[in-house]
Amino acid sequence: MASDRTLPASRIRAAQPSHRLASLAPFLAILVFLALLPLWGNDYRALIGTRAAIYWILVAGLNLIVGFAGQLAIGYVALFAIGAYTASILAAGNLMTEISPALALLAAAAVGAGFGLVVGLPALRLRTFYFAMTTLGFATIVTQIALGWQSVTGGGIGLSGPSLPAPFDSAWGLYGLCVGLAVVATIMSANIAHSRFGRALIATRDAEVAAEANGISKPAVLVCVFLFAGAAAGLAGGLFATLQTYITPDAFTFDLSLLFFISVLIGGRGSILGPLLGTILLTLLPEIAAPLAAWSTFVYAGLLLVIVLAMPGGIAALLDRSNRQPLAANRAIVPNIASLGRLLGTARSAQNLTLSDVVLSFGGLRAIDGLTLSVRPGEVHGLIGPNGSGKTTTLNVISGYYRPQQGRIVLGDTDLPPGQPVGRAALGICRTFQTPRIIGAASVLENVMVGGTLSGRASFVEALLSLPRSHRDEAAIRQTARLALEVVGLGALEDVRADHLQHSELRFLEIARGLMLCPRLLLLDEPAAGLSATEILRLGTLIRAISRAGVAVLLVEHHADLIFEICDQITVLNLGRVLAHGTPAEIRVHKEVVSAYLGG
Amino acid sequence: MLSSILASGLAIGAIYALIGITYNTMFATSRVMSFTAGQLGMLGGVLGSMFILRLGFPLVAGLAATLLCCAAVGVATEFIAVRPVLKSLEQHLYVLSTLAFALLIQQVTAIEWSTEPQPFPRLFGIGSGIWDEKYWLPVVTCAATIGALEYLYRRTLIGRAFRAVAEDNFAARALGLPERNLRVASYALAAVVGGLAGFSGGELMLAFFANGSQLNFYGFIPVALGGLGNNRGALIGGLALGLFQQAANFMVGGIFASVAVFVLFIIVLLAAPQGLFGSTVARRV
Repeated sequence: MASDRTLPASRIRAAQPSHRLASLAPFLAILVFLALLPLWGNDYRALIGTRAAIYWILVAGLNLIVGFAGQLAIGYVALFAIGAYTASILAAGNLMTEISPALALLAAAAVGAGFGLVVGLPALRLRTFYFAMTTLGFATIVTQIALGWQSVTGGGIGLSGPSLPAPFDSAWGLYGLCVGLAVVATIMSANIAHSRFGRALIATRDAEVAAEANGISKPAVLVCVFLFAGAAAGLAGGLFATLQTYITPDAFTFDLSLLFFISVLIGGRGSILGPLLGTILLTLLPEIAAPLAAWSTFVYAGLLLVIVLAMPGGIAALLDRSNRQPLAANRAIVPNIASLGRLLGTARSAQNLTLSDVVLSFGGLRAIDGLTLSVRPGEVHGLIGPNGSGKTTTLNVISGYYRPQQGRIVLGDTDLPPGQPVGRAALGICRTFQTPRIIGAASVLENVMVGGTLSGRASFVEALLSLPRSHRDEAAIRQTARLALEVVGLGALEDVRADHLQHSELRFLEIARGLMLCPRLLLLDEPAAGLSATEILRLGTLIRAISRAGVAVLLVEHHADLIFEICDQITVLNLGRVLAHGTPAEIRVHKEVVSAYLGG
Repeated sequence: MLSSILASGLAIGAIYALIGITYNTMFATSRVMSFTAGQLGMLGGVLGSMFILRLGFPLVAGLAATLLCCAAVGVATEFIAVRPVLKSLEQHLYVLSTLAFALLIQQVTAIEWSTEPQPFPRLFGIGSGIWDEKYWLPVVTCAATIGALEYLYRRTLIGRAFRAVAEDNFAARALGLPERNLRVASYALAAVVGGLAGFSGGELMLAFFANGSQLNFYGFIPVALGGLGNNRGALIGGLALGLFQQAANFMVGGIFASVAVFVLFIIVLLAAPQGLFGSTVARRV
């Protein structure tokens, strides 16, 4: 891959300095423009600039929720209002003794973070429309409380915002402060976006099941991001109160919420630059088109409809040119098994997987009916049987998606807790899926790096501030991911968007993602489906090599040739029960199997 | 006090239930929860007031014109905001497209009609006090609508076709049912139900553009509580919500009543995300 190719800022990536510079250029250009604005601006321009910076502080946080995690939080004006009122009330001393404006702004951020969590928590249990509704409901409630709690908020009459000391009391002084804070917000949100947390957010958005299988706990990452976005929104609200000098509930209409939300969508999901441009655009729009002021909600709503229908990728997709070049048509997947040792070098202690008397029924149907099975490290164990015999269901039970009614699943000495998929990766269990579950919008390398989420040590705060430990994590995960790609034979495609790959390449991609865990147990669900004959041969060699490195492999497959070629043990299922068990040679001559399944 | 809580609670609850049924009717054939449900209720009131008070239509003609316009909006929703995004249901784009369309409706109403609540005509002039028509009219309309819908779904061919599409879209298409036309028809039907809600509740809520977002939220609560697509759940949930809200209104005042409703809604939803009467767990792996 040419390393000097310019890369879009819209993609999560870092490392190479040339990439970094190219992706930073647009941000620097905007910053230079903002720094020069005071030279030819009047106070009105300062007001607009300050407003844009304040909005962006909020949108920078919201972007992680809407753009990265894909949660439709449409009522964020509520947190903005809470921040504004907190700062104003504390600075005015309506509730307790008054505190300094700077402290009031910090308090606004803290209260914003708290409420950010409250608003966000329903997202952990509720689906899209429900969550959108709860944020909307919350926005209505906040305005009503602001109106009703007259003794503190001043009701409909409002109250004055905090006034900062010099040099921030002038129009350009406040402008400088807000732009400075906006830069900090940009950097922080970019740090998160480029860390394992950012990838985890996108993984929960686009491939939630795969995220769980890789040990990503959606609640854990979302809670961190809700706190951050809430703090940003609260701070932005406090600054807004300072800018306005006087606030009433009318200042926080649903229009504003819509502006924040649409900024992210116009910008494009999973991008930082796009939403930044979106925010600037939407802040300027009513200024450019002054006669439209009454129609601003109409214009925003119309824009939203056009984006959704015509350009779901937003500005980021328009800017992203590198992924329009077609890939070479004659590329081949050539696994490099020699590197496998380096990848799995620090392999975990080998352990047996044992299922005993597992029973799982869906209603009256016993999908697994007393299954006993043992998979040893260093062996490929084939699981075959006709459709509906319970093969994939068995994998889902082992990886915790289904909770069996009876029976034990033991890895080494530990009982695997039933029905808890998130914990499996930490125990060294990884899997692939019948239909590959990948993040289409992310690059091949990023997809594989998702598998390394658990190996990171830096906390969310360290990632937010880009502290050394976070850098080390990133470098290590990236290096391992490159190695894993080389092992499965996709090294040349690391920068390509994953949804540009062929189906067969996605199967190898999933294996690479699984290898990131240095697994004890690899569960493969029909990895050969849709592969060409050559690819199946290479896949077989790869799977065998992985098992010889000390990994226990459980392989569900329909290709009899592959099964008999690479398996050490084979279990044949029929109607959820074991029909036969033995070495390939034994299964080949087993009467019932031959008559029932192989059709000999 | 108890009697007035009961009267206004049941009335407003019946309106919420009808909006809930509007959500359900659209959801059944398209798997889309549309933000336009509440706006249709708002349009029922605004258009009713416009046709009867401003343009002087007689009652029946005014009602017919209102429902016709609502049906047109429903069909437009299907064409503009639903059909184009149906194929990418996974990305939940419908939440955004229907939200955008709902806001367009609301904004046009605010600018072209009025941003202030406008009077709604007194339709029959029957009853007074707690037996005033503004209280019993929504309840009667709700009962009649549910009866008519039950008849439609259980006894008529087109109603059975609706149910077939709702049950299994692919199988219905394989049977040769015109799935697309049925979806358009269900959007028109939903819009008529929404329009009826707004029209029958017009004397209670007035012809006000902001009713749209209110009804959107309070009409969604019965759906969330009763379970998606469950009309009986929506009816029970709607009436319960109306009574609770009015009781809270009388006891602690309007603002804290809405806080109470919101908090209760969140708690119930978190405890039972499928609703109290729903029971669908989607297969994920």
